[in-house]
This record gives sequence, structure tokens and C-alpha cells, in this order.
Amino acid sequence: MDNLRLLLDGFANVASPGNLLVALIGVVAGTAVGVLPGIGPAMTVALLLPVTYGMDPTQAFILFAGIFYGGMYGGSTTSILLNTPGESSSVITSIEGNKMAKAGRAAQALATAAIGSFVAGTIATLALVLVTPVVVRFAISLGAPDYFAIMLLAFVAVSATLGGSRVRGFASLLAGLVIGTVGIDGVTGQQRLTLGIPQLADGIDVVVVAVGIFAVGEALWVAAHLRRKAVPVVPVGRPWMGAEDWRRSWKPWLRGTALGFPFGALPAGGAEIPTFLSYATEKRLAERPEEFGNGAIEGVAGPEAANNASAAGTLVPMLAIGLPTTAVSAVMLAAFESYGIQPGPLLFERQPTLVWTLIASLFVGNLLLLVLNLPLAPAWARLLRVPRPYLYAGILFFASMGAYAVNAQPFDLILLLLLGLLGFGMRRFGLPVLPLIVGVILGPRAELQGRRSLQLSGGDLSGLLGGPVSYTIYAVILVLLAWPLIKRLRRG
Amino acid sequence: MSRDRAQYGVCALLALTGALVIADALRITHLTSSNDPIGPRPVPILLGACLLAVAVAYGIDVARGGRGEPEAGEDVDLTTRVDWRTVLLLIGAFLLNAALIDWLGWVISGTILFWGSAFALGNRHHVRGLLIAVALALITFYAFAIGLGVNLPAGVLQGIL
Repeated sequence: MDNLRLLLDGFANVASPGNLLVALIGVVAGTAVGVLPGIGPAMTVALLLPVTYGMDPTQAFILFAGIFYGGMYGGSTTSILLNTPGESSSVITSIEGNKMAKAGRAAQALATAAIGSFVAGTIATLALVLVTPVVVRFAISLGAPDYFAIMLLAFVAVSATLGGSRVRGFASLLAGLVIGTVGIDGVTGQQRLTLGIPQLADGIDVVVVAVGIFAVGEALWVAAHLRRKAVPVVPVGRPWMGAEDWRRSWKPWLRGTALGFPFGALPAGGAEIPTFLSYATEKRLAERPEEFGNGAIEGVAGPEAANNASAAGTLVPMLAIGLPTTAVSAVMLAAFESYGIQPGPLLFERQPTLVWTLIASLFVGNLLLLVLNLPLAPAWARLLRVPRPYLYAGILFFASMGAYAVNAQPFDLILLLLLGLLGFGMRRFGLPVLPLIVGVILGPRAELQGRRSLQLSGGDLSGLLGGPVSYTIYAVILVLLAWPLIKRLRRG
Repeated sequence: MSRDRAQYGVCALLALTGALVIADALRITHLTSSNDPIGPRPVPILLGACLLAVAVAYGIDVARGGRGEPEAGEDVDLTTRVDWRTVLLLIGAFLLNAALIDWLGWVISGTILFWGSAFALGNRHHVRGLLIAVALALITFYAFAIGLGVNLPAGVLQGIL
């Protein structure tokens, strides 16, 4: 087992005192920022990007692993203690979680979420270790037409299957693809959509797009509709669980993990479907189904495990193919790129130390979270009372700092504001933001692979079709696109 | 609930973007070579055409009564109307920072940004807001610019900080 040795080397890398400190900082910062209301995991990662600018890549990724799981956990704490849905992936957790909290069982809800996240995160990261090398071996055999097809699949999947409206999904995707086209064309050196502005020649930095859409857009949107009366926060002590809670939680944790990981690893991943499926499963299997809707612990344990397992699952396509399928992994990919590191099958060959250190630090971060979060929960709960003017002013402050620091030019701040206004408009009109981010990141690469395929075929469009792998993918795309039609036919 | 007619504005914006993208693509010299048989033009033209198509589909969806749900959130109260005064004040604070950052430096412009944004959002503890703003700006400057070597300008305070 060559990979096992590499993973152990990864652990050895993380285990130095300096790196452990970095992991600890990542977990604490990730949780603290993730707990803040209005800040979901994707915004947490985007806002904390500048923290890594001065670090060497290895330390930066140890920090990221901590921020990643910390941000996820922070988000679910918010949804349990506040009765308003935040991130879509923790909506399901909040259904039963907040009911439990109101019934005086906040400590147990937080405990089952924390321990469930740990169990799911650990199992799913193990699965990641086993599955990713297989995917890498498969991905290495793929040619340019296959990559092109995979990226088209990702475009269609994030636009057409998530969220309610396909036309809004595609509108968002196209906006992202257009933003991704801005700049000098890498092959011919021609300027596209730069409008004669020299600062646009290098294109629009993905970090600026992510921070603009997630942080500035969200802050402006909340500011426009700010709740003037504070939402009541359920007081909480130290999380703990009795024997009965353990007995009722462990099976939902495992079932949630089993549902979450595969869904996360699929190119159309995301946590909404597995958390919902987990909730439905637990409701059906529960000994006391009547408790559902009134604070059933299974309804927190299962979805929360599914949420975390699917988050680990999204790292499989992200690391092995360079394919982001959720907002968080899209921002992580942007971070990789800012280090000049290109995720994909070659990453495992060229930078094995980096990848395996990242994976090892996922395990470490997960353990640190469990150790930290049980005693620190009351402190996190206090963060929910941050005065809102300071909270959203702080988001704009850190967003500006992060965007300016990318290229040290005030022009990026103007761009950030414009992207923030775009994010504001998208929230107002119910356009999903994920397709846009995926379009910005994958658009240029899809164009590159497409043009490479056509180069091989001398410009003949058949060059895009490639071999059996891409045939299969195009078939899947057709089914996804035709799905509403198929459904109507079956009903009619 | 009445129809959300502002959505037609989104259609118009999509169509306009599509037209702009196509116009820009037609402006590019058409360069092809054996290494790159299609050149830089087809992709933007395709994107522009898709944008026009989506604009039409969006318009049909709206005409049929389709509407996007505004995003909910922990601090979002969707029963209120958009509070433009707050939004415009925030944009003002944001632009002020962009205009002043290279000249006055991050510590001063960042302070203005935080204090101004907090004011726009309804903070009425002006002194406390100012103290937090100055503290944040100083901490981030020393931690990031000096500690981690991140690009943040010192501006007029160069030599003092």
C-alpha cells in the first residue's frame, strides 16, 4: 500500500508543533466565523482566504482543512440555536435541532451534531483515502474530449438539478461563463471582453468573484432586509448526551454517512439531497416517529452526519479531477489556483506530499473539532449575539481586505462591489449562485479542453465526441436535460 | 401575490449581456492556426447566443407566472421592502475605501469603511464603533501586512506604523 505510506508521511508532516498550531487556528477560526449568523461555510472559506496568503502551500492547506470542517460545524450550530434557515445544507438539521433546543435539549442536539460530524467526517475521509486513488487512476486515462464532457456534465448538473428553476440556473451559469471569458485568450493572445481596461487583461481573479458574490453580495442583501428585532438565541450549556441519546444516535450517524459520501462524490453533488434523504429515512425507521417535528434526536444525528460525509465526498472529484461541485469546494479550488496548483490526476503525481498532508490534516482537524467544540459550545453560542451592524460591517471590511490583497490594486475593489451588486441581484431574483462560481472556475478550462480536442481532430466537430467515456457522459447529460419531459410523459 | 415584473429587467440584462458578448467577439480578429483550428471567437459567440436564448426562456417563464424565491437567511426579514438608504450608504463607504486606500493607507481607509458601514447598518454607538474600527484596522495591518507579508498599503502613515 503505497498510498498508506504516503498518508502516514502526511500525518508526520502535520504532527510538527507548528503545523498542529496551524490546524488548531484553522479549526477555531473556521468554527468562529462559521457560527456567525449569515455566514455559511462557503463565505467562511472565502473570507479566510487572505489568512493563507503569506504561508507556504503545505501550511495553507493544513489551515484550509481546519477551516473546511470548522465552517461546516459552525453552520450547524447556528441552525440549531437560531430558528431561521441559513445554509441550504443545514436547513434539515435546523428542523429537529431547533425544536430540540427549544424543548431544553440544546445540549444534546449540539452533542449529537458534533459527535455525528466527527464520526461521519472520519469515516468519509477514510473512504476518500480509498476512493480517490481509484478515481485518479481512471482520470489519468482520460483524454481532452472526456474532460470536456465531464465539465459539461458539471455545468448541466449544477444548473439543472439543484434548486427549483432550470432557466434561472442556466442564467447564473452563463453569467459565470462570461465572467470567466474576460481577459487575454491564452492560445491566441487576443483580448476578450476587456473593454479596453488594462487591469482586465489578466482576467477577473476567482478569489475576487467568490468574495464578491458570497461575502459582499450577502452583506448587501442582508443589509437591505435587516431584521430589526434580534432573533432569540436558545441558551446552552456544555453539550452532553445520555445513554439513551447515544443508543438512538449511532445508527443514524452511520446511515447518514453512507448516504452523504456517495452523493458528495458525484459530479452533481451537494448536501441538500442526502440530508433530506437521511431525514426521510430516519423518520421512517424511528421507534417513535411521532417525535419527528417535535425534536427527535435521530432527525439531527442523521442529516448532520450526511452533511459532513457529503462535504468530504465533494473532495473526491475536487482533488482527483479538479471538478468543484459545491460552493465550498469551488472556493477551495480557487485557493489551490492562487498557489499555482492545479487539482486533477496529475496533482497526486506532482505534489504527493501536499495532497496527503491535506488529507491527513482533515483527520486531525476533525478530531480537534470534537475536542474543542464540546467545551466551547457556550462560547460559540455567545457569538450569535454579535451586534448585527458590527457583524456585517466586519464582513465588508474583511472582504475588501482579501480582495485588495490579491493584486494590490483599488480597481479590484470596484470589481468586488460590482460583483457584490450582482450577488445582491441574484439573491433578490432567486438565481442560485453555485452555477455562477462553477462557470467562472471551469469555463476557461472547458474551453481549453474543447479547443484541444478540436486541435486533435483538425477542427472537425466530431473531435469533441471522443470515446466510450464521453459517450456515456453525453448520455447522462441528455437524460438530465430531458428529465422534466420524461417525467411528464410517464405521468401523462 | 402580485407578479414580480422586475424580473423582466433580468431578462433585458441577460439579452443585453448576450448582445455585448457577441459584439465583442465579432471585434476580435479571427485567428486560427493548425494548433488552434477554432480560434478565440466561437466560444464567446456561442455564449452570447445561449444568453439570448436563456433571456427568451426566462421571459416566457416570467410571463407564465414563474418567479424566483428571494433568498432567506438568519438575519433576513423578507416582509420588509428593500432598504435602499442602507444599501446606498454601504456602497458609499465601500467606494470611499476604494478611492482612499492607496493614498491614506489601509489603516485609515479600513477604519472609515468599518465605521461607515456600521453607521449605515444602524450602529449609534459612534465612539465604540470607531474604537472597534481602529482596533480592527491596526490588528489586520500588523498581522497581515507586517506579519504575513500580505499586500496592504501603509499610505500616509508610512514610517509611522
